[in-house]
Amino acid sequence: MSAHSSESTTPRLLVIGGGFSGLTSAVDAAEKGIEVIIVEKNPYLGGRVAQLNKYFPKLCPPNCGLEINFRRIRENPLITFYTMAEVEDISGSPGDYTVTIKLNPRYVNDNCTACNACTEACPKTIPNEFNFGMDLIKAAYLPFNQAFPLKYVVDAAHCDNNCKKACMEACKYNAIDFNMKPVTITKKVTSIILATGWNPYDANKIDNLGFGQIKNVITNMMMERLASPNGPTNGKIIRPSDGKPVDSVIFVQCAGSRDENHLAFCSYICCMASLKQAQYIREQNKDAKIYIFYIDIRTPGKYEQFYWKVKEDPNVIFIKGKVAKVTQDTSSDDVIVEAEDMLTGEKIQTKASLVVLATGMEPSGATMKVPKVEYTEEGFSISSNGIFAAGCSKYPLDVAKSVQDATGAAMKALSLKIHEGEEVSHG
Amino acid sequence: MDKKYGLYICTGCSIGESINVEKVATKSKNALKIPIVKSHFALCAKEGVDLIKADITNEGINTIIIAACSPRVKYEEFKFPGCLVERVPLRELAVWINEPNSEEAQLAADDYIRMGVIKAQKAFMPEPFLFETTKDILVIGGGITGMTAAIEIANAGYNVFLVEKEDRLGGFLNKLYKKIPVSNKYQEPLIVDTEVDKIIKEVESNPHIKVYKSAKVEKTEGMPGAFDVTITSNGNTETVKIGAIVLAAGWRPYDASKLQHLGYGKFQDVVTNIEFEEIAKKGSIVRPSDGREATKVAFIQCAGQRDPNHLQYCSAMCCATSLKQAKYVRQNPNAVAMILYKDLRTPGTLEYYYKEAQNDAGIMLTKGDVISVTDAGNGNLFIEMEDSLFGKKAKVEADLIVLATGIVPETAIDPVLNLTYRQGPGLPDLDLYNGFADSNFICFQYETRRTGIYAAGAVRQPMNSTEAQEDARGAALKAIQCVEHIAKGMAVHPRAWDLTYPDPMMTKCTACKRCTEECPFGAIDEDEKGTPFYKVGRCRRCGTCMGACPERIVSFKDFNVDMIGTMMKNVSVPSDEEEPRIIVLACENDAYPAIDTIANTKVKLNSAVRFIQVRCLGSTNLVWVADAFSRGIDGMLLLGCKYGDNYQCHFAKGSELANYRLGKVQETLDRLMLEADRVQMMQLAIDEYEKLPSLIEDFVERVKEIGPNPYRG
Repeated sequence: MSAHSSESTTPRLLVIGGGFSGLTSAVDAAEKGIEVIIVEKNPYLGGRVAQLNKYFPKLCPPNCGLEINFRRIRENPLITFYTMAEVEDISGSPGDYTVTIKLNPRYVNDNCTACNACTEACPKTIPNEFNFGMDLIKAAYLPFNQAFPLKYVVDAAHCDNNCKKACMEACKYNAIDFNMKPVTITKKVTSIILATGWNPYDANKIDNLGFGQIKNVITNMMMERLASPNGPTNGKIIRPSDGKPVDSVIFVQCAGSRDENHLAFCSYICCMASLKQAQYIREQNKDAKIYIFYIDIRTPGKYEQFYWKVKEDPNVIFIKGKVAKVTQDTSSDDVIVEAEDMLTGEKIQTKASLVVLATGMEPSGATMKVPKVEYTEEGFSISSNGIFAAGCSKYPLDVAKSVQDATGAAMKALSLKIHEGEEVSHG
Repeated sequence: MDKKYGLYICTGCSIGESINVEKVATKSKNALKIPIVKSHFALCAKEGVDLIKADITNEGINTIIIAACSPRVKYEEFKFPGCLVERVPLRELAVWINEPNSEEAQLAADDYIRMGVIKAQKAFMPEPFLFETTKDILVIGGGITGMTAAIEIANAGYNVFLVEKEDRLGGFLNKLYKKIPVSNKYQEPLIVDTEVDKIIKEVESNPHIKVYKSAKVEKTEGMPGAFDVTITSNGNTETVKIGAIVLAAGWRPYDASKLQHLGYGKFQDVVTNIEFEEIAKKGSIVRPSDGREATKVAFIQCAGQRDPNHLQYCSAMCCATSLKQAKYVRQNPNAVAMILYKDLRTPGTLEYYYKEAQNDAGIMLTKGDVISVTDAGNGNLFIEMEDSLFGKKAKVEADLIVLATGIVPETAIDPVLNLTYRQGPGLPDLDLYNGFADSNFICFQYETRRTGIYAAGAVRQPMNSTEAQEDARGAALKAIQCVEHIAKGMAVHPRAWDLTYPDPMMTKCTACKRCTEECPFGAIDEDEKGTPFYKVGRCRRCGTCMGACPERIVSFKDFNVDMIGTMMKNVSVPSDEEEPRIIVLACENDAYPAIDTIANTKVKLNSAVRFIQVRCLGSTNLVWVADAFSRGIDGMLLLGCKYGDNYQCHFAKGSELANYRLGKVQETLDRLMLEADRVQMMQLAIDEYEKLPSLIEDFVERVKEIGPNPYRG
């Protein structure tokens, strides 16, 4: 046995998506000594994880791990990242790809010192998409505090001439530039990892569960933002209709998941997410009652003990039954949930001050496809042509499994052997 | 390196309008004897950076103190290769958290710049710790995980040593009749060949993989980059040099003899899921009791799992396995399979596999808690259930019962690695993870408490074989990263960029064993006299040894006891006794970013505090308490990560050890005749920045109540 040397061409990896999976693939590849380019569509890195309040089962803040990964990026000269960027085209073959990347204008250049003067001066407000529209931000804004890179953005479409003038005058560093145009660049890379993640399934499509019609019906991702210290309410869980603290909450599991009319698959995270969110509420209100309507409680592996911990709480009630209907109470802002208890066969009605729909994961490929990437009919990406899918773009996963998967994807991308069709499912 | 200092003060981001920069500059020039002191209205802009670059070229400046913003921003702009760079977060810590143009802001600016200069004076350019290393990798376990890891590592260009305890590679795959296909839509065929022979052949024919069968790791000595691993195989013993290790030792089935309430051991026709594979592999589904073909097979899920009396976890793969085994039964169209479950767990797209079973009229699936298994009297067995979809109580008859028993990780039974480390032969604290060699960190799945050892597959977490293959690839990459970093003299995660390392001045060592006991990573061995041996390859650079050492002999090039102590001694103490001065030590990964975040919101904090960031609170040396208090500092606050079973410290024990040491600080304070309350530790997560103003206010108030430090002035 003798040491064998690797090929002579300089390897360079493109990672599409700067969420937790993409970041993991990127830093893990770079720490093996590979040059890496990250392309992220948002103005910040971190993806969905950046929107989460805590992780299950440890209930630790995601920003802690993000901070370490951002530091790994800051310290590693092999990593380049582009925010507000998208891959427009991929040509070539494994070992020799040419990638066209479109860089959308941020209207803020690298002179930005993150001093906040533009936000202070900006007269326009816009709905805050990071918080699912639950609050307003200025048209010149920092996506959220602890955003990386710590650079501001201007929503030029919503910033009229007055607004533009005010923002530009406030900036002492000539960082705001409304003449910025989209720029297209091309890069040569030897391998590609697709880690474009997921979107919350559009709850408006689930007719019977009242989202969009009943004010106090929210999604699980909205709950994350409500509970987050950097969310619209600074972490106070209040209900949308009247801003009052919640004293009872119903979680509707499999809202749009395991359902042929919506997402036919199981979204993996929603059981653990609801158990976690039940704890958010119980921590804020020692008398709050929680009802969880489920088909199966899916807490694989060590998550089982997390389930036990929540089950020990007498104020958390589990009901096996699929929710049939959600309606507005006629005499209050409360919400009524109708379901059949599958164990007793009884029809039950439960009232609560807030309903959380445990909506699932729609793969990003369902709504936005990257050229040359193969997808399943649901929009899950398939590893092919030497492009490796990682994380939730491939199938539903939690953060821990995404990390595992993303490191594995980096390994595949670095290996001399071409892996084809080896990992289309985690079955 | 002969240090030539340059101090660059930014006046932008309201620094210039909030403090008198000229005064600060003059002070630095005169009192701190910095030859070049310059200011610029936007130091991070091209012109500002060029100013510094020009001084590097023309004046030979090589030690640069940048008094501008936090090191978490503008990191690219202020990188000057070959120079020592010290960032002083003037903007955040002196200006934004204090009232503009106040005496407090001015004093804070002076203090932070003085501390920055001291830091630069006491730091040196890192020199990597280089020694003769090997990049060969050991994989322990020749099951699907180990084989996959071995193939990946070999394909990436590294040599592999693969150790398998059985006389054949393949692990549990050898026992399987069929497996679930790898698919994104599960359609017929729903059971396919494992192709284990193909994989074994791929491993055994790879010239870069050396396989040891009927083998065991007897001993693992040394450190990453230079482990000496002793392997016995078929009576032969060999010691090989290894760079890093993938631990893929796998699992054993849970002992079914403990499941008598489910009829195991009592009835011959109650078998485990593994035994059922062996039956199926022989050709047809026959009953052990009479060899008759079974046509009514019941699967009892969670047998000895999710159960406080047995395995407390879910083994994650049994639901899909039983669905697969139901298909074995259904190869006879007249046979039926019944799956009795608590929750049917087919997460993700495996849901489609479940759906296929639901569409099969010969597979009955029902929720229920199985109470007992009894003799039906006709050669068959009764299963009694409660709370099932059939009602409160129900009974079903079967001619064969399969118990879906779970997995027990090998590490719960055996240390496997047999490390010769002072802290023990296996991975520590596995009881936190039910014996699995799992990571404590959600964000970093391959972190074990032993550097260079990466667990994968079912020894790490319950998982199925396809997941185990993915997992193997991840661990393979981590092992490769490790050998590459060690060869360059760099640390591995979580300070993967770090070229510094702990360098103890051994002539002053008293062999007190504190560092060897406290190192969270077992990086320090000792001889019978207690003399420590620093195995730098195992070190993660947290500085816990530096904090533990009562003789203060452990230093890093850019971080040492004297540096922080001197910084503390040089913090100003207000002349007014009513105004306390408090030092806050903050963990650089969590507490410090939290401070940065609150500063970015421009919320004012009590001006009594001075923040000093440390690698990890574990590096806190108690001498700092004496240093600070002997110079009149009134209080000291330590901000670190959460500790306990769900610890958040990325060096595992840092904040916990800091707290433990503070428990002993009383002694120091008693000697100084000071009150214990003057020093406190608090746990602060990165997202708890909003708690900071009141947390600091409360502490300042408490210190005020105690009164001024008598050592003032």
